[in-house]
Amino acid sequence: MIRFLVACLMFIGIEARAEILRLAVTTSFHNSGLADVLLPAITADTGIEVQLLVVGTGQAIRLGQAGDVDAILVHSKTAEDAFLKAGYGTHRRQIMFNDFVFVGPASDPANIAKAPDAITALEQIRQGGATFVSRGDDSGTHKKELSLWAAAGADPTQFGRWYNATGASMGAALNTAAGLDAYIMADRASWLNFGNKQDLLLLYSGDPILFNQYAFIPVNPKLHTHINHHLAKQVEAWLTSNIAQVLIDGHNIAGEQLFTFNAER
Amino acid sequence: MNEIWAGIQAAFRLIMTLDADLVEITLRSLQVSLSALVIASIFALPFGTWLALSRFRFRRTAIASLNALMGLPPVVVGLIVYLLLSRSGPFGVLGLLFTPTAMIIAQVIIITPLIASITHQAMRELWAEYHDLLISLNSTKSQRILTLIRDGRRTLLTAALAGFGRAIGEVGAIMIVGGNIDNATRVLTTAIALETGKGDFALALGLGFVLIMLALLVNISIHALSRTEREGRW
Amino acid sequence: MVTQQMSVTLKQAVITRRGTRTLGPINMTLAATGFTIVLGPNGSGKTSLLKVLHGVERLSSGLVTWSVADVDARQAQAYVFQKPIMLRRSVRQNLAYPLQLRKFHKSQINACVEDWAERINLQDALNRPATRLSGGEQQKLALARALIRDPKVLFLDEPCANLDGRSTREIETLLRDSCASGTRIIMATHDLGQARRLASDIVFLLDGNVREQSTAKDFFDAQQTVEARAFLNGDIIE
Repeated sequence: MIRFLVACLMFIGIEARAEILRLAVTTSFHNSGLADVLLPAITADTGIEVQLLVVGTGQAIRLGQAGDVDAILVHSKTAEDAFLKAGYGTHRRQIMFNDFVFVGPASDPANIAKAPDAITALEQIRQGGATFVSRGDDSGTHKKELSLWAAAGADPTQFGRWYNATGASMGAALNTAAGLDAYIMADRASWLNFGNKQDLLLLYSGDPILFNQYAFIPVNPKLHTHINHHLAKQVEAWLTSNIAQVLIDGHNIAGEQLFTFNAER
Repeated sequence: MNEIWAGIQAAFRLIMTLDADLVEITLRSLQVSLSALVIASIFALPFGTWLALSRFRFRRTAIASLNALMGLPPVVVGLIVYLLLSRSGPFGVLGLLFTPTAMIIAQVIIITPLIASITHQAMRELWAEYHDLLISLNSTKSQRILTLIRDGRRTLLTAALAGFGRAIGEVGAIMIVGGNIDNATRVLTTAIALETGKGDFALALGLGFVLIMLALLVNISIHALSRTEREGRW
Repeated sequence: MVTQQMSVTLKQAVITRRGTRTLGPINMTLAATGFTIVLGPNGSGKTSLLKVLHGVERLSSGLVTWSVADVDARQAQAYVFQKPIMLRRSVRQNLAYPLQLRKFHKSQINACVEDWAERINLQDALNRPATRLSGGEQQKLALARALIRDPKVLFLDEPCANLDGRSTREIETLLRDSCASGTRIIMATHDLGQARRLASDIVFLLDGNVREQSTAKDFFDAQQTVEARAFLNGDIIE
């Protein structure tokens, strides 16, 4: 009954009474197109209108800290842990994962298509001085990339001109890579959904180290009284439900599955 | 070149089918920028005129500052407005962040110096022309301001339209304070940024052409309404 | 509101601009009635003198004193500039403007406007933009606009300097009529013929100083200074 009334109110467009949840998500989540699938379903089932702020991980964390959003959905465990430790969030709930892939010029000058693992692939790129584009924006993707370089024993701050830190979102960075005919690490979903591939191809993937976990963190209502915590809890419940699992696992681009649901109930 | 042609086709298709999303974001673009224009003009036009008429000690500094403010990077304005409107900020209780209102506020801040500066330039010239007469007639300052605004209204219109152009094409500030939220704060420019980021250049260009045509339409209608080109009486 | 005529006195009036004295020291009184012509070659300071009397130019030292309170004196004067300043509006709106400033009633404004438009023979041009009028028409309009508030004192700075014979005659007729109905007129000119035609008294200026001040008859019949004589003779004097 309540849901029906709320739906009516939302239809009439009385903003003040509609239940709105503000959720900060990363660009890599949004670029996959999954949001367009999940959001209408959430609204239909719970009556909650989810307003997505598509920003970089760093900005999502800032928004959560400031209390400008009710919850965040990001993919950088270290940043999430720091967020929770500082008391900005209530808890962390795994939702799904996808993976990172290495994309590069069709000619593959660094020959990473045949690399045995991700670290070696990066090493080959570095040794050959092949043009590489990095997010450079402290996002989840960027932090992952940096951790891989660290594992390879390399220091990106010492890299030469072949390494381009763009300081941009996934899509913008992909545009740059396409323009430079360069290697880039991207999340699979963003890559599949990207419209300007030019001469780039997906060259390497599958190493478990490229595993990319997404987690949902409600912002701590004790810090900000206006936070819609009860709505955040409802959305979290939905995101970890069976319906969500079906929709998430079923979402694909050209037959290729993008995300794997892995929430624990 | 192909991309540009694809963009034109995309624009055509969007308009012909009256794409619902397009209509929504176009209306919102107009809502935000026109509101910002009206509010900014209410401040800037009288202020620019007053500045042209007044003589006070720091006048030259004030004018220089006004001209400098025109160069304020919009994204910086957006960041500052965000910090002010954020829940952790001084005006957080108003709950204005991520609403069209926040976008209007940011754009007002951006275009007011522009409109005021152009107004000041134009009014200075008109004042030089009317100066002796208005003083001789013993007019009060507010009478002078009203007279200049009325007789200089054609140039003021140009100033206002310059402000509008700046607002409708602005993307940095409104991205930060509006959040580019689908169905809530997405406008033409932020949608273009989004589609560009997704690599969908054709759609981005299409939206871009729609934006250009919108700006043209607004300018032409306003000129038509004020009949400024009649008999070359510009 | 000023009901009686006003006289004005200048005491030790001096204007110094950029270190050079351009006017003065001037000590003189202008009576409350009459048609005074301020005569003198170009650069003698006629415009400055008029502007100082009217109050739109500041003195560097000295005083301008009217026989009534300053505030009232300013309301009862009008000024016609050498090059007419037209508002970018219609003829009708230009005429109406001084009355609107004083917040006259709309019907009264219309009556005055139409009356004066007829007096200057522009009644058929009321809706034309004032900037499109000829030089002579603009100056007539400026004069009508100055007189429409019925000022006690009217200043004119070489109003016919750029006009043809016919416009000059029309303006002189208007001025004579105006003087006859009680307006005190103080007019600068370097046109001797015009001075002879219109003046009741003369102020002769040279180099920023008053060289002679007398009735017109006295001035034209018997000048007191060499320079005045030379000027009337048509010589160039410095």
